[in-house]
Amino acid sequence: MKYEIEDIKKRIAELAEKREQVTIMEVCGTHTASIRKYGIQELLPDNIRLVSGPGCPVCVTDQGDIAAAISIAAQQNVIFTCFGDMMRVPCGDTSLYSLYERGKDIRIVTSPMDALHIARKNPDKQTVYFGIGFETTAPLTAALIEAADECGIQNLSVLSAHKTMPQAITQLLKNGSCIDALICPGHVASIIGADTFSFVSSELMLPAAVAGFEAYDIMVALLCIMHMLETGEKKCVNMYPRAVTRHGNKEALSLLYKVFEPCDVLWRGLGEICDSGLGIKECYEKFNATHKFDIHIHDNYKDSDIEEAKGCICASILCGKSIPDDCANFGGACTPDKPLGACMVSSEGCCAAYYNYKNIK
Amino acid sequence: MCLAIPGKIADIKDGYAEIDYGGVSKRASLRLFENAKVGDCVLVHAGFVIQILDQDAGDELEKIFEEITGLMGEEEMISSSDKEENSLTGKEK
Repeated sequence: MKYEIEDIKKRIAELAEKREQVTIMEVCGTHTASIRKYGIQELLPDNIRLVSGPGCPVCVTDQGDIAAAISIAAQQNVIFTCFGDMMRVPCGDTSLYSLYERGKDIRIVTSPMDALHIARKNPDKQTVYFGIGFETTAPLTAALIEAADECGIQNLSVLSAHKTMPQAITQLLKNGSCIDALICPGHVASIIGADTFSFVSSELMLPAAVAGFEAYDIMVALLCIMHMLETGEKKCVNMYPRAVTRHGNKEALSLLYKVFEPCDVLWRGLGEICDSGLGIKECYEKFNATHKFDIHIHDNYKDSDIEEAKGCICASILCGKSIPDDCANFGGACTPDKPLGACMVSSEGCCAAYYNYKNIK
Repeated sequence: MCLAIPGKIADIKDGYAEIDYGGVSKRASLRLFENAKVGDCVLVHAGFVIQILDQDAGDELEKIFEEITGLMGEEEMISSSDKEENSLTGKEK
């Protein structure tokens, strides 16, 4: 690209001069981390505020789902597999990591397919994979279930907490909010296609840009958004064309909806959102861990067992209503080494990103 | 979580691609992108190729950017092109 960050920064500042306050939300944990890592907020004038929405899958996973995971992982003869971040999400006075410390067989995987290999090597045990993530990750879990079915694997199941992004964005922004524009998640868009986010401009009446994850990608997306705010145009622009097409990855989407179907689920901070979850279809029910282990999420737990830490404001942060600095626990009682809330656990959580890059100026 | 890493397909065998990440090699499934070819630059997420990267998209991004911002032909945006390169821009040009 022929434009320099300094030039883009200057142009954004010129456009911002004409406005009072602009609040731009990003809904992707990888954007959250990139914005903090590259000090993007510090490149912007004071009246442009970047806030994080419900874009970190670890953070938005409801306490009931975490409790279900812990309940399964605690059982005899189970190998419980998950991405590393999920291990440390607190749930009352326990977590998957504390179970691991007490000797339960809980294994970190870097790909859902690792769970298939573990299941094959351990035919006398039940292997369970905890599926979290949005449309970027859910097709991978679908591939795991499809492969397990094709190979006739009997001792593997999936606890699905997968979610889809458009419904959450709509729920959060439909009834008016302080958000002026949206940075759309680049890798979710690489699967579902840039066109899928056109509802942000056409229905929610907000300018939006699908963005990549380098500093340059984010800055050009912000400049485009500022221009649209200036001209009053409401479009969703694909500013990540090297990885995002209009219609996304059709093979991935086809596999996703071969295995999963939309269902109502709870999000931390946002509550229940209609059709925003991905439940395993009946034809693959034998791979559904909630059926296999007879788990009834939310029925088996007292709220007091799974409630969030006192003073934790993760719910408000995930809605873009607060920032980590507003939390009394932030950086003191709650740090990445000893997280009290989910947003401090994952490196893509808003609190962890603020904490890890707090000295960038 | 939605982190995806770019790499280049060095080899393909039995539905898996050997991905070269600038010297480090790792296998990734092609189940979500079966038409990928050796030499393609791809995005890999948690062991799966999820998208082929369009190597010509730099020009496309520039075009979209200029369309939206109306900057085409304006000189001021490239005024600092002779300046020392900003470390933040050390990528796809």
